[in-house]
Amino acid sequence: MAVNKNSTGYTFTFSIIMVVIVGVSLAYTSLSLKPLQKANAADKQMVDILGAIQVKSSRSDANADFQKYVTERISLNYNGELFSSKTGEVVASDLKDPFNIDVKKDYRSHKPAKGDMSWSNAKDVKFPLYVCEKEGDTLFVIPVVGSGLWGPIWGYVALNSDKKTIYGVKFDHKTETPGLGAEIKEDFFSVKFTGKTLAEAAPYFSVLKGGSTTDEHSVDGITGGTITSKGVEEMMNRTLDIYNKFFESEEK
Amino acid sequence: MEYLSIFVKGIFVENMIFAYFLGMCSYLAVSKTVKTANGLGLAVIFVLGITVPINYLLENYVLKEGALVWLSPEYATVDLSFLSFIMFIAVIASMVQLVEMIVEKFAPALYGALGIFLPLIAVNCSILGGALFMQERQYPSIGEATVFGLGSGVGWWLAIVAIAAIREKIRYSHVPPALRGLGITYIITGLMGIAFMSFMGIEI
Amino acid sequence: MSSENKPVKKESLFSKKNRKLLKDPLGDSNPITIQVLGICSALAITVQLQQAVIMSLSVLFVMIGGNLIVSLLRNLIPDRIRIIVQLVVIASLVIIVDEVLKAYQPDVSEKLSVFVGLIITNCIIMGRLEAFALANKPGPSVLDAIGNAMGYAWILLAVSVVREVFGSGAISLPGMGQVKFLPSEWFIASSGFYENNNLMILPPMALVVVGIIIWIQRSRNEALIED
Repeated sequence: MAVNKNSTGYTFTFSIIMVVIVGVSLAYTSLSLKPLQKANAADKQMVDILGAIQVKSSRSDANADFQKYVTERISLNYNGELFSSKTGEVVASDLKDPFNIDVKKDYRSHKPAKGDMSWSNAKDVKFPLYVCEKEGDTLFVIPVVGSGLWGPIWGYVALNSDKKTIYGVKFDHKTETPGLGAEIKEDFFSVKFTGKTLAEAAPYFSVLKGGSTTDEHSVDGITGGTITSKGVEEMMNRTLDIYNKFFESEEK
Repeated sequence: MEYLSIFVKGIFVENMIFAYFLGMCSYLAVSKTVKTANGLGLAVIFVLGITVPINYLLENYVLKEGALVWLSPEYATVDLSFLSFIMFIAVIASMVQLVEMIVEKFAPALYGALGIFLPLIAVNCSILGGALFMQERQYPSIGEATVFGLGSGVGWWLAIVAIAAIREKIRYSHVPPALRGLGITYIITGLMGIAFMSFMGIEI
Repeated sequence: MSSENKPVKKESLFSKKNRKLLKDPLGDSNPITIQVLGICSALAITVQLQQAVIMSLSVLFVMIGGNLIVSLLRNLIPDRIRIIVQLVVIASLVIIVDEVLKAYQPDVSEKLSVFVGLIITNCIIMGRLEAFALANKPGPSVLDAIGNAMGYAWILLAVSVVREVFGSGAISLPGMGQVKFLPSEWFIASSGFYENNNLMILPPMALVVVGIIIWIQRSRNEALIED
């Protein structure tokens, strides 16, 4: 080859061409696939919300099931006051729709200080609440986000119409240890929550060390997954504190 | 206090080697003698201490959704995070190259000590791991990110120097022939990992 | 790999040399136990078999793609920036795959996305690009990729089977979830005699299991023993 592969000019030209090709192809795939990915994420979110109220849905039925069971989507501010409310179809581009509040992102950018159970740095965050109708009962689904051992954990807690009894939960995680902390997403763990009640004042609910004896306000955690179990407890208590303000003000 | 906690956590609780297995390849390959292990370990501290803050700036002022607002408020919804892997890697590879050149020019003695290890570091997964953990954990300021980078580096250095010291000693022991070298190193690292797990429950 | 035995007319593809490319990494030049490559990810994801399977498949795919591209470009890449070029090739390949999966196969992507970073930093891919693809034609490079990915895969699968069977008393495969094959009355929790060894699930045991595999491998082939 006539061109000197190691000359500075060649190296520069090569890197510029490479950067352009790679940049364009990545940007193109990312932009062209974004709507599909967003739709998938929304479907998944619906499946998880429905999972908390014990409705087994799938990605393809998610939207229809969501419309069937979820009657209203509410958002609250930090003080538990009603901020906005939506019914009907979810529109992905409607940023005011409580469904489109990115709770994981809000958690990341407003990480509570250690032991701060009232989440005092989340004053400007909006909190979504899903009101559902199932077999004639009104259920409330609350999204929760927190930290496990290695990374983020999140989930949905569904409360009965008395706003005290847990109807069901659905947890998930990103990078917890498989076989240990990762078990929070399994059914055997989430069924333990059903029927338990929240205490009148904080701490509302406890996840104890695996194998402990439990009462009506607690479940036993996962053996060997103590830190993840504690993370579940922390995120539930911290988030429920805010929603409780709303429930209390509603009752008055 | 926060700084100290991040630093200590990086060294012991979230040790790159024992908790995440990052940078294992060079850890196993370059741990035959304490001297070279020390050199590589120092180079890792150095590079992590530089690349984590740079990637932090990149993440917060270019890549993250809404990070480009400082250019113009119109960019509030631009999300370039799909580029983060590639940008982090490019930063690491070019920083390593840059550091190599600077050190060679201004500190020949240091270059003599670190020189051969620097190119190895670009492919050390603990460096990219450091950048990704930084992104995942969203440190509130660049100071914390830097301390995290340095802490993880020190943790890595500690691990490799410790295993190298053990390997130097174990040469005089009667290890079954088939386990000699790599095999026993794996097993010792596993045992060290179990020892380090005792730091896991510590709250700082 | 079954096609290896078929009589193939085109002599070059399955010549002795090329078969060696496929076979050696499975044993005597195994990337994990001999070449010391790709260990980070091998250890991090061997708690369950299904993760190991997904990881192996992704590595196979990325290695073939990476080796092919770098081998095609081998005469064009400037020496000075070759490491960056290789990293960029791998990273963009992985990102594109992940983006496409996210859009069309969201369930698969969910399982994979955790590993994306791990695949990029997997030194086995880098190592083979540097050591082989940069100096060889595309054909052999692809074979080398397949061989090494297989060598990587079997260690991964072996370690994860051991860890999952003893750690969780179960086996999991993609698509069918985890199957607990031990009867539940065996466990101490329901007054039986058996207890899962939780230690196996913890990360350090992966190292010990790989160490034992090396032990077995080297005592069967004494030529591999170090000093």
